[in-house]
Amino acid sequence: MSKATDVISPDSSVHHDEHDHHDHIPKGITRWLFTTNHKDIGTLYLWFAFIMFLVGGAMAMVIRAELFQPGLQIVEPNFFNQMTTVHGLIMVFGAVMPAFTGLANWLVPMMIGAPDMALPRMNNWSFWILPGAFLILLSSLFMEGGGPAFGWTFYAPLSTTYSGDSTALFVFSVHIMGISSIMGAINVIVTIFNMRAPGMTWMKMPLFVWTWLITAFLLIAVMPVLAGAVTMVLTDKFFGTSFFDAAGGGDPVMFQHIFWFFGHPEVYIMILPAFGIISQIVPTFSRKKLFGYASMVYATASIALLSFVVWAHHMFTTGMPVYMEMFFMFATMLISVPTGVKVFNWVATMWRGSLTFEMPMMFAIAFIVLFTIGGLSGLMLAITPVDFQYHDTYFVVAHFHYVLVTGAVFSIMAAVYYWLPKWTGKMYDTTLAKWHFWCSLVSVNVLFFPMHFVGLAGMPRRIPDYALQFADFNKWISLGGFAFGLSQLIFLALLIKACRKQGEPVSAQVWDGAEGLEWEIPSPAPYHTFDTPPVVK
Amino acid sequence: MKQLTNVIAKGAAALPFLLFSHFLSAQQAAEEVSSLNLRRGATDISGQVYDLHMLMFFICVGIAVVVFGVMFASMYLHRKSRGAKPANFHENVKVEIAWTVVPFLILIFMAVPAANTLIAMEDVSEADMTVLVTGSQWKWHYKYMDSDVEYYSLLATQREQIENKFEKTDNYLLEVDRPLVIPTGKKVRFLITSDDVIHSWWVPDFAVKKDANPGFINEAWAKVNEPGIYRGQCAELCGKDHGYMPVVVIAKEPAAFEAWMGEQEDIVRQAKEEEQRLLSMNMSMDELMKEGERVYNTTCAACHMPNGEGLPGVFPALKGSKMALEDQKGHIEIVLHGKSGTAMQAFNKMLSLKEIAAVVTYERNAWGNNTGDMVQAKDVNDVAMGN
Repeated sequence: MSKATDVISPDSSVHHDEHDHHDHIPKGITRWLFTTNHKDIGTLYLWFAFIMFLVGGAMAMVIRAELFQPGLQIVEPNFFNQMTTVHGLIMVFGAVMPAFTGLANWLVPMMIGAPDMALPRMNNWSFWILPGAFLILLSSLFMEGGGPAFGWTFYAPLSTTYSGDSTALFVFSVHIMGISSIMGAINVIVTIFNMRAPGMTWMKMPLFVWTWLITAFLLIAVMPVLAGAVTMVLTDKFFGTSFFDAAGGGDPVMFQHIFWFFGHPEVYIMILPAFGIISQIVPTFSRKKLFGYASMVYATASIALLSFVVWAHHMFTTGMPVYMEMFFMFATMLISVPTGVKVFNWVATMWRGSLTFEMPMMFAIAFIVLFTIGGLSGLMLAITPVDFQYHDTYFVVAHFHYVLVTGAVFSIMAAVYYWLPKWTGKMYDTTLAKWHFWCSLVSVNVLFFPMHFVGLAGMPRRIPDYALQFADFNKWISLGGFAFGLSQLIFLALLIKACRKQGEPVSAQVWDGAEGLEWEIPSPAPYHTFDTPPVVK
Repeated sequence: MKQLTNVIAKGAAALPFLLFSHFLSAQQAAEEVSSLNLRRGATDISGQVYDLHMLMFFICVGIAVVVFGVMFASMYLHRKSRGAKPANFHENVKVEIAWTVVPFLILIFMAVPAANTLIAMEDVSEADMTVLVTGSQWKWHYKYMDSDVEYYSLLATQREQIENKFEKTDNYLLEVDRPLVIPTGKKVRFLITSDDVIHSWWVPDFAVKKDANPGFINEAWAKVNEPGIYRGQCAELCGKDHGYMPVVVIAKEPAAFEAWMGEQEDIVRQAKEEEQRLLSMNMSMDELMKEGERVYNTTCAACHMPNGEGLPGVFPALKGSKMALEDQKGHIEIVLHGKSGTAMQAFNKMLSLKEIAAVVTYERNAWGNNTGDMVQAKDVNDVAMGN
């Protein structure tokens, strides 16, 4: 990536009158309701994601409290299933995805030298329909019969013939979430294609921009498939169709094929932007250019393409012909090659750099190690004959929490620590940050690592009660869970302090190894940036 | 190769044990080691799967050690506080080709044994006997295809243990009233299907986990080497009591299995005769209510709840319901045949005429449903015959 110079062009045709009052920031609630400013919308997305993270986390606390000991203590099995279902939906659609969209809103225009997102009014809408979607989902928990209790994967016919009436609300809220995601993705694509500053060629774009561009295409490709799946669930349940009912000529396994055709690319939607973030942070604190920039771009693209041909590895036990099992096993194994390339590139970037370990770097290093552990257990899961043993056990739960919590969520935290001083103009409270990091790091491993053991020993997932041989580890897992949950309150305190603009003022560059357009505008970033495009050399 | 993995496997089995030994007393150690890792199991296939698992595990550990080793070395050697000056390199085609090609070769090394094991596992041909396994909410049904023997297998753990009123016993949640019995040394084929939602029949010691899909039949097989009791669980979320539908399989020597089979066939014959005899007999209200309560609590209470109030919005209440108070024929019919499009199953296969008579009587007289109706086996038979 190249250094850019902020050449202020005297060309008045670029400089419209309405932009004269640069930092006239609207006040009050209407600023947030009617905003079309990418920075405001980014902030809204990030706070929304964090609140959802706490709500979904509270549900995880209910789950872990029930699983602290064998026997039923706190909740009934039916409510337990609602907790696992809504926890999953909230974390995927309410926490991780909106957080990445928030980061894209804040960063993509600043990184490519654009004044805002290309479609600012749609941007406002794509955020403001989200709280409604989650209110609908959460309110279904208070319905007679409770909320959705069929797992976030809503396999038919459990979600059709055998579900409660809240399924209608579930379907409606997923539709709204999907519309929001698609609008966000369209905005990212249009912005990147049309609004790059002069000289910002494709192969000069920061990797965060590249990974988000590819993610946006994945979103547009698969969110309609999810919409199709929920619509078929809706009509099967309420309008007498038989898409997933063998008695009417349908097939329940077809549901799983459709769901995972969405679901597997969805997994990469939640991790590709993380790769981008880590690829921004590691070079900064290594004071060295990213190793293998071009191979990083190609690796991201090949992961995205491969993600469309591996979906049935979630379904090895459904009874597929052996040649299909082989195909999906080999295709899945293949994904580890470009993913490995990424990890090797990060390590090579650090190699012979000049390393310092500020908080973004600490989270990035934790990401590399713990995400790799999740990736390696993913490689084990790809091997069909052993997947028969791992499938639907806590080994899988351990695997996807390593890639999603210590992967995606840690990358989001790394990103917040990295760009927060740019957003507020003040350094965050570094003492609180250290407490947050170390408490999270220790507790998250106490939480998720023993899940590998209970899974291998035979504990199925999604059960409210378990056999006695799993009791010791579950106690530790629950204690780790409570500690991890509490650790996030430290983060909350830090964020509140940062938003009140407490702390030492920072320079424009903030970190002494940071490169890229966003580090050349003042800190805090002005309300409007790049009214006149910078020229990238 | 196999020996090598065996040796490494033994070392590995000890490794996590050493790491976590602080919360295991020495005495427990021998039993507790298996709560950390996959089991070798009781069939040749499950042994192969275990070897494959350990092979994968060590390759992954090896990769992790190398990658993290380099990274941690860099974090130590190349830190700014030690005066490290950043180098300038940022690409190297040879290195990049190497770390694309080498992982690819490792993958091929993994794929070959994996494919061989998979092909062996999926070969269901030339089975010595066949058992039809049918899942339903929340129990398993086993039917021996070469005889009349078929029965349901329900969780045997007492409700009071689950509710923490009694102390939990050793096989808590992993015990059933009637386990599946199969012979050792014979290739047993399992046909797996479901009556309602998707379940998954899993016995870890056989390395068999296959989904039970409604309307479709899956196949799996096991040839068990050692007699013993093998325990597993339903592995696919199947609704409220998904955690309470264990699988227990007893493997017996062929001679012992034949003897057991003979006994079961006798029991089936006697039960049929008993059924006929009961048609011409009437039970007293007390007998009906007592039997009905037993059947209700094992079969119906999971959904309709022990107090008959159901779960509002999910499972309808029987207490005060129109069906239980007025429509006696409809009541018997729905118990016999279920209600399509809902979770209400057909119980004509699972319960005897006497049991259905008793449970319908119970539901019409318990919890304040004081209709005074008595239903006899004959009445149930009449409805079943379409009279």
